[in-house]
Amino acid sequence: MVADTANTLPIENEPTPSIPEAGSQEAAINIDRDKGNFFYNTTYAYDAGVGLSEATVHYITDVKKEDEWIRNFRLKALDVFHSKPMPTHWASKDLENIDFSKIRYYLSQGQKPSRTWEEVPDDIKRTFERLGIPEQERKFLAGVEAQFDSEAAYSKMKDSLSKEGVIFVGSTEGLMEHADIFRPYFGKIIPTGDNKFSALNSAVFSGGSFIYIPKGVKVKQPLQAYFRINAENFGQFERTLIIADEGAEVTYMEGCTAPKFETSTLHSAVVELVALKGAKIQYITVQNWSDNVFNLVTKRGLAEEEAEIKWIDCNIGSRLTMKYPGVILKGRKARGEVLSIALANNGQHQDTGAKMIHMADETTSNIISKSISIGKGRATYRGLVHIPKHLKGCKNNTECDALLINTDSRTDTYPAIDVRGAANQVQHEASVSKVSADQIFYMQQRGLSETEAMSLSVNGFVNDLTRQFPMEYSVELKRLIDLQMEGSVG
Amino acid sequence: MTAALDIRNLCVSIGDKPILQDFCLVVPKGEVHALMGPNGTGKSTLAKALAGHPDYTITGGEVYVDGENIVGLEPDVIAKKGLFMAFQYPSEIAGVSIANFIRAAVQARLPEGATFSATGYYKDLYAQMDLLKMDRSFTSRSINEGFSGGEKKRCEILQMLMLKPTYAIMDETDSGLDIDALRIVSEGVNRMRGPQMGALVITHYQRLLDYIVPDKVHVMAGGKIVKTGDKSLALELEAKGYDWLSTPLEAVTA
Ligand SMILES: Nc1ncnc2c1ncn2[C@@H]1O[C@H](COP(=O)(O)OP(=O)(O)OP(=O)(O)O)[C@@H](O)[C@H]1O
Ligand SMILES: [Mg+2]
Repeated sequence: MVADTANTLPIENEPTPSIPEAGSQEAAINIDRDKGNFFYNTTYAYDAGVGLSEATVHYITDVKKEDEWIRNFRLKALDVFHSKPMPTHWASKDLENIDFSKIRYYLSQGQKPSRTWEEVPDDIKRTFERLGIPEQERKFLAGVEAQFDSEAAYSKMKDSLSKEGVIFVGSTEGLMEHADIFRPYFGKIIPTGDNKFSALNSAVFSGGSFIYIPKGVKVKQPLQAYFRINAENFGQFERTLIIADEGAEVTYMEGCTAPKFETSTLHSAVVELVALKGAKIQYITVQNWSDNVFNLVTKRGLAEEEAEIKWIDCNIGSRLTMKYPGVILKGRKARGEVLSIALANNGQHQDTGAKMIHMADETTSNIISKSISIGKGRATYRGLVHIPKHLKGCKNNTECDALLINTDSRTDTYPAIDVRGAANQVQHEASVSKVSADQIFYMQQRGLSETEAMSLSVNGFVNDLTRQFPMEYSVELKRLIDLQMEGSVG
Repeated sequence: MTAALDIRNLCVSIGDKPILQDFCLVVPKGEVHALMGPNGTGKSTLAKALAGHPDYTITGGEVYVDGENIVGLEPDVIAKKGLFMAFQYPSEIAGVSIANFIRAAVQARLPEGATFSATGYYKDLYAQMDLLKMDRSFTSRSINEGFSGGEKKRCEILQMLMLKPTYAIMDETDSGLDIDALRIVSEGVNRMRGPQMGALVITHYQRLLDYIVPDKVHVMAGGKIVKTGDKSLALELEAKGYDWLSTPLEAVTA
């Protein structure tokens, strides 16, 4: 049933490039020591083809059997996307190298997410096993969703949480089956027209996590989503909305990888968080994109009275990442925090930062950003802290530290801090340091190779931040840093 | 094969500037030699060049570690061949604790297939720290960051005790140490002394040599050894300074 449907749906675009021949089925192609860099051949039942038009949007909506309001939401977003220019007047010109007409916007095998790993199709299961997802689930997670290209292949949450009323589903299921909960906030924290890429996501979104934590429920173990790009020329556009009701608490972790392809790949997600009165949301990202990925993600949270939103955002890999997680501090005493690490290796540009919009008295925000530039890698920090004049007792602390390895690395800092009124406190510190040849020599004299020496300095540089992260996450991060450093020394 | 650190006709330049010319010195395994000489004469240059510092270009000569020429090898390879250098000015590395740093160094030296024992490591580390009268709290401090001059030197010796080199070059390890620290550090060095280790102790002060009694004393000037003697040479230098050595040398080379 699944395979046929594809033909009955309108495909006006070119047919997809043929999937590599069977025969190489067993062997993963392109393996190197980089954990995420491999892919298994996969046959897709649903494929929106190459290029972006209204037909693409109709195709996605039809495949998903969505309600009309969602179709209209998407179509409107597509118009907004077309009408907005690329933000190259302030951002990297490299954005111009994204060819929207060569990207595939929707690929899936057409199955519903499985509740057990046994039911997950073999090729997909092998991928996630290799990435260690089922193992992590057994060890320390309360729930997992594993997305493969456009759709989740696996989704499972501990029964105890379902009994407490926790909802953890994909975006389609969230909007269709729990519209009463999610629709009021969907696209409200990040409106379609926020930026060109939020508009693109709104037009073609698929997958992602919709999570609702009922009043007072504190989810102790993290919920995790893993986003995997498997296909070449593909764009992944997951959509996430997390609502923590009054007094609820949740930690969400997302991981992402893609194999190294010759052509560029696009990842453009929208993530909205809503923390109602006294709720706490911690959102952790472990990004390890290969360096052909354009990673253009919009992330923002809304914190009501005494609520707390914390973004822990670590950007490793990708060709260009543009991401500025933000918190709108709407209620009195709300707290917002962005702790971020960006590692820009040769050929990579990490353009990251944070936004804190204070809208009530006694709101506090904290931004700690650490960037590492290696070789020709480039790291840019952009911050925005806004505290209007009429507010009292607001506090912001911003720290930006950059570490340069090799002289031609480049780092830029644009901290826009717009604070009015004497009744508010702001603290801003920035530092740039270098790993000197003498430091490397010192470490080498003790027997560490150049790579190990650089890894150690980078880990040391981020150490005071990572110490605040959950254990499993720090370990993974250290491993990713070591991998990056291996690739950076000749 | 001679079990020795054998430096033959070593020529070292920094940029275009020659610092060492045909420098020769042999430190047999099991002996401790002292190297003295006026400021700027090239003692630290010698130490760094031996250890393979990329800024110090070796333009001629050989350095044999137990018969194997190490000239041109990477610093970490040289280190793993058993050459250790205690720095005159150790680098600070933010965020890397002493415990983790030494641990990484120990792990890097493990022979292939050998497994690292964390409990064994900490036992050894604490024992050596006790020896050097270092407080346990030091293990979690970032390496050399904010350390006093004396603490840095003590930390260098701690690393030496942990890494157990076959040849150690100590570059002015005594400078910055107070009297008690000098004694403690010297005791640490003396404990390592034995048929399995050779050491070259660079110092300006005869006082150190009361604690670490050298088998030989070399005096360096103008990038070369100008005089070699026993412990009494250091006493003589203390009394007369370097001038009496350099005058005849200039007469000879003129
Ligand atoms: N990186 C460098 N760049 C340029 N010149 C250098 C460098 N390092 C050392 N020199 C020069 O080389 C010469 C020898 O210096 P070195 O540090 O080896 O002397 P030293 O004998 O160790 O002196 P001290 O007793 O003061 O420690 C000096 O003239 C010094 O200025
Ligand atoms: Mg010196």
